[in-house]
Amino acid sequence: MALFLYMARRLFYAAILVIGVLVLSFLLIRLAPGDPVDTLAGQMGGMTEEIRASLRSEYGLDKPTLAQLGIYLERFASGNLGYSYFFNLPVLSLILQRLPATLLLVLTALVVAVLSGTTLGVLASRRPNGLLSQAITVVSVIGYSAPVFWTGMLLIILFASVLPILPVSGMTAAAVSGGWLLDSLDVAHHLVLPAMSLAVVYLAQYSRLTRASMLDVLGSDYVRTARAKGLEERKVFFKHAFRNAVLPIITVVGLQFGNLLAGAIVVETVFNWPGLGRLAFDSVLRRDYPTLLGLLFFSSLLVIVANQLVDVCYRLADPRIKAS
Amino acid sequence: MRQAIAAFIATLAIATALAAPAGAQEPRRGGTLVMGQSTGTTSFNNAVGSGTGIMVPGAQIFASPVMHDDKWNPKPYLAESWELSPDSLSMTLHLRKDALFHDGAPVTSADVAFSILTIRDNHPFNTMLAPVDRVDTPDAATAIIRLKHPHPALLYAMGPPLMPILPKHIYGDGRPIKTHPNNTRDVVGSGPFRLVEFKPGDQIVLERFDRFFIKDRPYLDRIILKTYPDSQTSILELEAGRLLLQPFFNRVLELDRAKANPQLVITNEGYAAVGGINWLLFNNKRKPFDDVRVRQAFAYAIDRDFIVKALHKGLSKVATGPIHSGFPQYSPDVTKYSFNLKKAEELLDAAGLKKGPDGIRLKVTCDYYPGDEDGQKRLAEYMKPALKKIGIEVEVRAPADFAAWAKRMATKDFDISMDAAFAWGDPVIGVNRTYLSTNIRPLVFTNNAQYENPKVDALLDAAGREPDADKRKALYGEFQKIVTADMPLFWLTELPYHTIYNKRVHNPPTTIWGTASPMLDVWLSEK
Repeated sequence: MALFLYMARRLFYAAILVIGVLVLSFLLIRLAPGDPVDTLAGQMGGMTEEIRASLRSEYGLDKPTLAQLGIYLERFASGNLGYSYFFNLPVLSLILQRLPATLLLVLTALVVAVLSGTTLGVLASRRPNGLLSQAITVVSVIGYSAPVFWTGMLLIILFASVLPILPVSGMTAAAVSGGWLLDSLDVAHHLVLPAMSLAVVYLAQYSRLTRASMLDVLGSDYVRTARAKGLEERKVFFKHAFRNAVLPIITVVGLQFGNLLAGAIVVETVFNWPGLGRLAFDSVLRRDYPTLLGLLFFSSLLVIVANQLVDVCYRLADPRIKAS
Repeated sequence: MRQAIAAFIATLAIATALAAPAGAQEPRRGGTLVMGQSTGTTSFNNAVGSGTGIMVPGAQIFASPVMHDDKWNPKPYLAESWELSPDSLSMTLHLRKDALFHDGAPVTSADVAFSILTIRDNHPFNTMLAPVDRVDTPDAATAIIRLKHPHPALLYAMGPPLMPILPKHIYGDGRPIKTHPNNTRDVVGSGPFRLVEFKPGDQIVLERFDRFFIKDRPYLDRIILKTYPDSQTSILELEAGRLLLQPFFNRVLELDRAKANPQLVITNEGYAAVGGINWLLFNNKRKPFDDVRVRQAFAYAIDRDFIVKALHKGLSKVATGPIHSGFPQYSPDVTKYSFNLKKAEELLDAAGLKKGPDGIRLKVTCDYYPGDEDGQKRLAEYMKPALKKIGIEVEVRAPADFAAWAKRMATKDFDISMDAAFAWGDPVIGVNRTYLSTNIRPLVFTNNAQYENPKVDALLDAAGREPDADKRKALYGEFQKIVTADMPLFWLTELPYHTIYNKRVHNPPTTIWGTASPMLDVWLSEK
């Protein structure tokens, strides 16, 4: 019962959050100069006033902003995300078409960053002043401070011009299907560089965090007790220390999921990855309000889901945490 | 001995090399042409939209009444023949009887009539078919276009990028045509390729239509259009051989790089009818640009040869006036402005813009259309040092994006701005809009200089109706003379559009419409 109430409350907060995100972004987007009809006119090389007026009224852009917001929320409540002004396709289908690409990119980057980041951090914490630890620190600082688009571009130069072994653009080769196995390999091949550039930044953060967290835990009383008991060092290290040190990492993973989505916009643009990030970027430029709002709705949803998963992970890692 | 062997091998190699092209000239069926595009496609229905993102795939999916060759001559396409009545008021099209839409329905005069009226009422180029009064269809293979007044531009308006013949049984179902669901899904035309996949912003897959009405065409099995928003990526993909043809490419550094690659060819053929020119727009209604001497001073201070040679690496051409030099109506007999700083300063002095103690006469802001780095942004940046020499301080106002710039143009909130436009086959379609006083509108790509000259209005109107080609050319000659003297805007260069393609691509599209016409003869060799 307590768990049920807890979940219900969380869902209620999540709904409020989503509506808040929608209202706020709806109003923010309107602050940008120009509107979708102007952009359409530009793309088509001109337009008459009659066509412009008819498009405006068709899109409801001739109404006051608050009335437009009302109409949007009403439609949203009935499960309709509207039509993209540019593709004349339902926003939902546009997003669903692109969602898998982004999830694949973001989750791969996340897994790579968490696994290698914590591994490096743990390694570094074993001999905090050793050569390995120093090297990891240096690499982490570089990875952490380099902007993701810069890393991406360097990787492009390296793997397209100097050592052309990895594709630098798109998600698939243009040639048509050779069966699911070949297709998956093809996608994996294309995934390497974008996922790497996205992972590098977070990898650096996780390794720093793990190192600090491990050092903290290794100095605590129960670790000393465990050692005094005569447990072998490996057990002390992984069972007693690491499991406790991992909690802050889980927290950060949850917090950073939103950042990862933001990073995906940059990486997808640099690598021409056909995901939500690029759709968002293009939609901003085109002032495609319905698509943009749909995307913001989906990303807020993803972040909420990620945070719920983090809560579950907490409990798995530390049975002392209960619904409270 | 070793030398003899080497010589023998060399001879063999030369012999093979000589023999190979002869054998390779035979067109081959099959293959997938991977093409790049910089602006993504949002719709395939070029009856209600323009722009390369719509026209290039649109011209593959839909057939049009006529095509054009590389010399501006119309060629039969859906229409086997056509004739203009002696009074130039009706154009009779005799259609092929064997043309089919992708769903198997025959193409009839009813489809032609429906398409022409749809385009007249919905296409953004509203002057293109404005004189069309009605279309008569005496039988299924004859369509007679009745005009309110003679309209010589019609023959170009009937070409592939501008007049797709839509199936009436699909697009005439009463739903609004601009947002018709079949503009993006299950698109049905009668062109050489049909749409099989559309991933917006990513890729488009077109497959050969096996019942296409021209026998043994097209050669290609498939065309894949990939969107590369970044020119660096296109060039990398071209170099890797994954991308085979990239049209509408205008980045000079990458073109220069492609030139050096033995596997790639670059050409500026195939853009004649597109007729793109960029210019410096003056806000003629704002002081001091209402004074022709000030506008001329700018012209004398801007070194267009430097722009072409240094900024465009010789890949563009100086534009002498409002009409592209590839057009039949082009006239070189215009007021010319050669680089002359002294003259520029004299004109400014005469206009009362004297230098202040700091050497500055005038401060202006300069905008530019974002999205064309070499044709717009760099030229706007060039204005700063160039005009500094005559005491004009330029502040380049970088626009955040297209919508932001479009708003400044529409509200006339600018001093000077870089701008550009395409002519699309006839001055009536793409040139008039920039100079007609009736086209001063709160919209981007209209007469945003706010130029008003009744003589020009009258000349353009008369030229638009003049059926005799020579007389028409003379009228446009007069127009070019007047406008270059008035100089509401200053023409800089013809846009450096090029096609980059892999040597595997044969017969690349080089007609006046280039890739915005059906790719019937393009074929691929192994190497």
